[in-house]
Amino acid sequence: MALLELKGVAKHFGAIEALAGVDLAFQPGEIVGLMGDNGAGKSTLVKIIAGNFPPSAGELFMDGKPVVFGKPIEARQQGIEVVYQDLALCNNLSASANVFLAREDKVRLWPFWLMRDRKMYARAAELFKELKSETRPADLVRQMSGGQRQAVAIARTRLSRAKLLVLDEPTAAISVRQVAEVLDLIRRLRDQDIGVVLISHRMPDVFSVADRVVVLRRGRKVADKPVKATSAEEVTGLITGAIHVA
Amino acid sequence: MLPDGAASQSTAEQPRPLGIEPAIHLRSTSLLHRVLGEQALWVTVAVLLIVAYMSFREPYFASPENFYNISRNFAFIGITALGMTVVIISGGIDLSIGSAVGLTAVAAGVVLQAGLPWYVAILAALGSGVLVGGINGVLIAYVRLPPFVVTLGMMSAARSAAVILSGQRVVSNFGPDGPIFKAIGAGAFLGVSNPVWFLIVLTILLALVLRFTTWGRYVRAIGGNEQAARMTGIPVDRIKVQVYVVAALSAALVAILTIGWTGSAVNSLGTGYELRAIASTVIGGANLLGGEGGAFGALIGSVLLEIIRNGLLMAGVDSNWQGLLVGVFIVLSVSLDRIRGGKRG
Repeated sequence: MALLELKGVAKHFGAIEALAGVDLAFQPGEIVGLMGDNGAGKSTLVKIIAGNFPPSAGELFMDGKPVVFGKPIEARQQGIEVVYQDLALCNNLSASANVFLAREDKVRLWPFWLMRDRKMYARAAELFKELKSETRPADLVRQMSGGQRQAVAIARTRLSRAKLLVLDEPTAAISVRQVAEVLDLIRRLRDQDIGVVLISHRMPDVFSVADRVVVLRRGRKVADKPVKATSAEEVTGLITGAIHVA
Repeated sequence: MLPDGAASQSTAEQPRPLGIEPAIHLRSTSLLHRVLGEQALWVTVAVLLIVAYMSFREPYFASPENFYNISRNFAFIGITALGMTVVIISGGIDLSIGSAVGLTAVAAGVVLQAGLPWYVAILAALGSGVLVGGINGVLIAYVRLPPFVVTLGMMSAARSAAVILSGQRVVSNFGPDGPIFKAIGAGAFLGVSNPVWFLIVLTILLALVLRFTTWGRYVRAIGGNEQAARMTGIPVDRIKVQVYVVAALSAALVAILTIGWTGSAVNSLGTGYELRAIASTVIGGANLLGGEGGAFGALIGSVLLEIIRNGLLMAGVDSNWQGLLVGVFIVLSVSLDRIRGGKRG
């Protein structure tokens, strides 16, 4: 059964049709590359999945049961996490502090909550180890490379045991060596049976990690096929509209 | 595979396989370094050098009486600097802290003058402080007005309220409980004046809260990246209100101690404190852009300012030069930060 299934999901902003009835399913342990030009409807789709706003029409199902997300927290409670391009990390805090931000391991000492830093460091270290990242829990995020920052942002979602992870342009604006690091992180997530949606403009990245590629154009799904059954040329054609439907 | 804390800097390509333990330990900094923070450490060194030099030049400088005086003077600024530190770490600013001292002092003074008990007067000071900080906080957090604008307005409004409440007079006939206030503000314990004890205890308390509690971490997170803090589910708006209330409460405490010490409540009390409190925190290593700062930094910053003021007085320099120095120090400590590589902000 699909982890998350979208049936006829559409979204209108006034007269503008951002999404025109999209059917899509995400499976556990599968990486789906979501591609499309600017304005194709990718971010609208992500925002619906993340619970930022409801669709104008259509339904969402998790494990076969219909779900309605009114707020992002409701989507998160169902196990859907989005890692945004700007990562939403606090540069002035440690990796561990960021992983546990607002979910600290704590004990009550009225009127405060005392943090159990050692426990959190140890847990963060475990998470980074699982992700095979060299990130150290006590290091400040501002001292980290782009790849390490991604690891911190992804470790955050591991803490909440996310089932479906949406990564928004995780390889934009980082060095070549770090790209490889991030792609490894993504494979590791798949190995742990997490469903991954990879939004990317970078064709080589999608083709090296994704199992399936979905292309949106002008709010419509124009392709949804295994990566092995397509090519970079075909996907480029679909994105630009040179090829209409695959 | 977790690299060792110290070694991996140079051997990043071949991380040595080690357990979790080495990674848990913080970077190789001394305890003093970590407690004080880098800038506060250097300011402490500067303070010690100035004290040594002044003691050598002016024997009276090192006398117990003068130290008693200096310490009490910086205690008042230091306590407001602690409140200011919390605001600055959260990425805000509080220009109304001096006016809050004036208003809360007059509030307590009027209550004492009416013959009411000392604890009612203390409640009046703290209550008016909560009101000032609460209004600041709500306008900043919920109405989303810039802290600079809100607290600038409050700076004027609270001062005006102090003048009106005092009837433009010095409130000094403190009634039956006046002596109790005097004992609190002018008293001493083990040869150290009470305000200094308050400063020491509050500095330690704030340092612990910032380091070990979720509240401290959330304040830092808000100052570091407010949007991120909001997205993770930190109650950003509520904490912002609390931050401004804490600042105003620090002002109320200074008011209580000052009117006890001087035996009168003047509506101009605290004028210019906001600048000296900001200067103290910034000299102590706080970042005006938010996210960085510490309790010991605020304390040592206020010590430096007062030592220099006192030293100038003793050297026969007009005390009005102090303002110029404060200005120079603010600019200097911020620009030093830039020169060091701008790794903050």
